Amino acid sequence: MGEYLGILVATVFGVAFVAVTLAVSSLVRPVNPLPAKAMPYECGENPVGTPWGVQFNIRFYVFALVFLIFDVEAVMLLPWALAYLDLGPGALAAGLLFLGMLVLGLADVWVKGDLEWVRTEERRALKRRGASPAAAPTGGSA
Amino acid sequence: MITRFRQVEMRLMGPLTAIPIVLATVVLVTIAALPFVSAVLSEWIRDAVPAGLQHAVAVTLGTVGFVAVLALNPIYAIWLERKVAAHVQDRLGPMRVGWHGLLQSFADGVKLLFKEDLVPKDADRVLFRLAPMVAIAGAFAAFVVIPWGVRADGAVLAVSNLNIGVLYFIAITSIGALSVLMAGWGSNNKYALYGGMRAAAQMVSYEIPTAILVLVVVAQVGSLSLPEIVAAQAGGFLGISNWLVFQLFPLNLIAFVLFFICGLAETNRTPFDIPEAESELVAGFHTEYSGMRFAFFFLAEYGNMLLISMLAALLFLGGWVGPVGSNPLLLFAKAFGLVVVQMWLRWTLPRLRVDQLMAVCWKYVIPISFFLLVVVAVLKSIL
Repeated sequence: MGEYLGILVATVFGVAFVAVTLAVSSLVRPVNPLPAKAMPYECGENPVGTPWGVQFNIRFYVFALVFLIFDVEAVMLLPWALAYLDLGPGALAAGLLFLGMLVLGLADVWVKGDLEWVRTEERRALKRRGASPAAAPTGGSA
Repeated sequence: MITRFRQVEMRLMGPLTAIPIVLATVVLVTIAALPFVSAVLSEWIRDAVPAGLQHAVAVTLGTVGFVAVLALNPIYAIWLERKVAAHVQDRLGPMRVGWHGLLQSFADGVKLLFKEDLVPKDADRVLFRLAPMVAIAGAFAAFVVIPWGVRADGAVLAVSNLNIGVLYFIAITSIGALSVLMAGWGSNNKYALYGGMRAAAQMVSYEIPTAILVLVVVAQVGSLSLPEIVAAQAGGFLGISNWLVFQLFPLNLIAFVLFFICGLAETNRTPFDIPEAESELVAGFHTEYSGMRFAFFFLAEYGNMLLISMLAALLFLGGWVGPVGSNPLLLFAKAFGLVVVQMWLRWTLPRLRVDQLMAVCWKYVIPISFFLLVVVAVLKSIL
């Protein structure tokens, strides 16, 4: 355990903090359930459908995928950043090569238009038809 | 003309105002005297506690200390934020409850304690109840590795002095994104779900430049341990000139500013507050939360603001090192200064759109941080 004990203690403290505060609150707060209170809040309107049925912009998944790649590679760079000064010019070159590959990946995603929130295909299709790309639908504002 | 009601109010509030002032003074003096307090406590632990339990008791005491700071932090920070907001907008802000409204946050806290705890119909009850817990536990667990200073005998004033502190910090702050996503998904509310999805996309996107900017620091100092990173910034002219932010000018200055921007995005602060954009999503992921559970999200948010500011102060602004020597209060002052800048920015800049937010991250911040890392690595190898 050693130095890592603190993480466990702090996590337990966090959970206990919430539990104890809620327990104290439960002694003094009113409990008065009404059907109207249990309704999802939509500014006074009756909700239509469930929130789990709403459509999401597919961009979220693309960004999640790109994130995954970059995050793993950032973690891989950590030991390099720690030790490259002691390992000589070869290590520097290797690290720069790795970074170069990362940048190439980013450039690839960029050129393919996957960093745009408004879908590129949609934009291109509109352009072919002679409409201005500014008029393209924003692909869901979510 | 002062009404009768106001007279009674003032007679009541006058003496009560002493509470927050005394409390803040006690906390700040304790922080300033932390090396001394810690030495006294560890001596007591050595004498009074059986050998097997000494480490556990020390860790628990340290945790109690920073939990107290984190629990009091939002009370003052929210008051300060409202004051900053008011003065930016040429208003006075809270003035009635206590001297200059100092008791306002206490009153709000008591009010929230007395509020009904609602769980919306058809919500995912487990996730809904678990989300504030995860948010708080994540913030607490991240605070563990923050070193507050060093004692005269060289001991580091951290609950856990990890040799991979920075890596642990990057890893544990991702828990915040998880709690927001849990709250958004569990609420059975469209606004909450949109807010949660936005928050997840935003927080994971800005995690990459944060990690790379931390790498920029690591590449220069050659250590993942926060106390060692601070030790590398000690000395110099007035105890200031060795701060990392002034090294390799202007590379580290740019890195610091970018890190601060990423910190704003990671903590969902304006101009990156689209997960809880009031004008379109009501309150985003915490729309359905009421009472204390709502307060926990605020506690976690203000805790994370302090946390990211402390990390920025440790990495770039010399941590507890400064013109008056080395003291934990210096670290706290620098961090709180950065928190005030976050508040000031909130009332100065308009909110970004989702597409702008992603463009800022992926097309500007990430390429620039890659560039910084390459240049710093090459310069460090040559010099």
